[in-house]
Amino acid sequence: MNTTQIKTNSLQQAIIIKNKLGLHARAAAAFVKIAHEFQSKIHLKKNTNPGWVDGKSILSVMTLEASSGSQIIISAQGPDAKQALNKLIQLINNKFGEKE
Amino acid sequence: MTSSSMVKLKGVIASPGVVIGKAYLLDISKLHVTRKRIPPEEVDKQIKNFIEAVSRTEKEIMRVKDKVHQEMGEEYANIFEAHLLVLKDPLLIFEVSERIKKEYINVEYALWEVLEMITENIAALDDEYMRERVVDIYDIGRRILENLVGTTSVTLQELKEDAIVVAHNLTPSETSHMYKGKIIGFATDIGGQTSHTAIMARALEIPAVVGLRDISFRVKSGDILIIDGSHGVVIINPDEATIKEYENKKRLFDEFKAGLAWLKDLPGQTNDGYRVDIAANIELPEEVEVVKNEGAEGIGLYRTEFLYLDRTDLPSEDEQLKAYQEVISKMKPYPVTIRTLDVGGDKFLSHLGTPPEVNPFLGLRAIRLCLRNKEMFNTQLRALFRASTFGKLRIMFPMISQLEELRQTKRIIEEVKQELKIEKVCFAHDIEIGVMVETPSAAMISDVLANEVDFFSIGTNDLIQYTIAIDRINEQLVHLYNPLHPAILRLINYTVESAHKRGKWVGMCGEMAGDPLFTVILVGMGLDELSMSSGSIPKIKEVIRSINITEAKELVHKILKLQTTSQIEEVLKEVMYKKFAHVLEGEKN
Repeated sequence: MNTTQIKTNSLQQAIIIKNKLGLHARAAAAFVKIAHEFQSKIHLKKNTNPGWVDGKSILSVMTLEASSGSQIIISAQGPDAKQALNKLIQLINNKFGEKE
Repeated sequence: MTSSSMVKLKGVIASPGVVIGKAYLLDISKLHVTRKRIPPEEVDKQIKNFIEAVSRTEKEIMRVKDKVHQEMGEEYANIFEAHLLVLKDPLLIFEVSERIKKEYINVEYALWEVLEMITENIAALDDEYMRERVVDIYDIGRRILENLVGTTSVTLQELKEDAIVVAHNLTPSETSHMYKGKIIGFATDIGGQTSHTAIMARALEIPAVVGLRDISFRVKSGDILIIDGSHGVVIINPDEATIKEYENKKRLFDEFKAGLAWLKDLPGQTNDGYRVDIAANIELPEEVEVVKNEGAEGIGLYRTEFLYLDRTDLPSEDEQLKAYQEVISKMKPYPVTIRTLDVGGDKFLSHLGTPPEVNPFLGLRAIRLCLRNKEMFNTQLRALFRASTFGKLRIMFPMISQLEELRQTKRIIEEVKQELKIEKVCFAHDIEIGVMVETPSAAMISDVLANEVDFFSIGTNDLIQYTIAIDRINEQLVHLYNPLHPAILRLINYTVESAHKRGKWVGMCGEMAGDPLFTVILVGMGLDELSMSSGSIPKIKEVIRSINITEAKELVHKILKLQTTSQIEEVLKEVMYKKFAHVLEGEKN
């Protein structure tokens, strides 16, 4: 799938996926749904992979194959980048609200 | 999935009869998408079509989601969140648009290629749960494709041998090809008894079962199927004993039909000479041939919604004229009753920009919508008046609930007449104008309305729903939906009395008119015309031709005194089964 050039003026943060199932369909949906709440462009990639994917594309996020324990980098670029990043990090830290 | 062992599915009865044959899977996503080159100037239009189809699909899924939320709770409704996100996925829109722009290919094919690409990527993942999502993505792709075919064309005309069509759903544009095709039955995942597919199947007398949920996933083309439309059953890959059993049922049903065939050319007349006009309900001009063959003496209800649905613009005056003219001239000298646009409720025109309603059946529908969209209404009335010179036209207005609406409508008619006179366009001067009686309020003021119309047509489906206050699509309430509720019988009786006192005639065009169980009561109450699916005509004639008007009147007199639906049902069934068991049981074989 297409990868996107990430511009330099973006906020980035690395985080480890902690929930048991990883970034599977439901978790990916939760991620993309939050990404859609913000104007900023959201991208993410696995730290082992060079390719960035569009964080507002469920199909791209699903195929990222970020399983439990893998590290991902989230990038946000735009007027509400900080808020977007915070909320996404919070979602991942909360293990996508999954009970384990 | 292979399906070599026998599977029995239960769905909703759409059209009676038994048929055994080979399945033809109308899987739009697989079979009908062919690559076509488009000229460069078409690119923008194709992309626009795609974006519109995506937004229609989004609205559809939102509706399903809300419904699931109400009925099953939030947890289940969240399943659709992922569907909605796929629809909003920039990747989908981007990839499809890029392919159209770069390769000059049609939108359906571009979408199909992108879906293939996405699902291949997902199928390659080392995660079973994810791989299962492929089905969801196909489902979404299929929904978008369905919304696209409203503007392109998918046809069933290419069928070479007799086939039972299996589909997720059939759009009106697909069912319209059934006349020329070799379709002997059909089965769909979605739909109810009063859905378009079901109405069409009855009109064409093709056994059909709808609302089977997932049959289009279970069947592949070439599988042997049994459709038992009388019981809402479909059997996939039946064993030999089952085939034998159903061949026998089919023979009994066919014999029953053949036994009534001789009635086709005879009038609906009682033994003692009382005459009831037997007419048919139609949706498409193509149905006229079938209807005439069954012995209809007119069209009691021509639904004009088909002209408006499944498209992004409104039908022009000339386009409507062509359809009306075809029906009117083919039916000549018999009358054709055309109902003006009846949308809202469960059918919507997205391009009118009407906001979503909490309670659409009590909302801006039918005449209310037309009176608010005068230009659209004017176009339809002009087309109707222009078509009137080709035969005998009657016009009726749906959902009238107060006298003011009728008066306002008649004022618009006068304006249309003036316009046409100034333009020196000819129209007939004997067009009868009537209203549908389908709200309790219209029935209660039928004495007043009768002074200002030429006729009434009782629409029982809505009249029952509004009078007993039950949603006829709600499966939990089906047991309460009964035409024999004393309130319904009183409203019908009062409407007929009001009209007859003022020298006006009354027809009935709801499902009740085509059910032989009710025929004697309706004749006894004095209904002048009964209009139904053409397949019901012989049965109804058989009943009318075996009774006397005096005994029918006595039965009505007796039944109107009863207090409960169940008492009425008991008395009526006893009388009817004694004399007409062969008609009432006939199609149940």
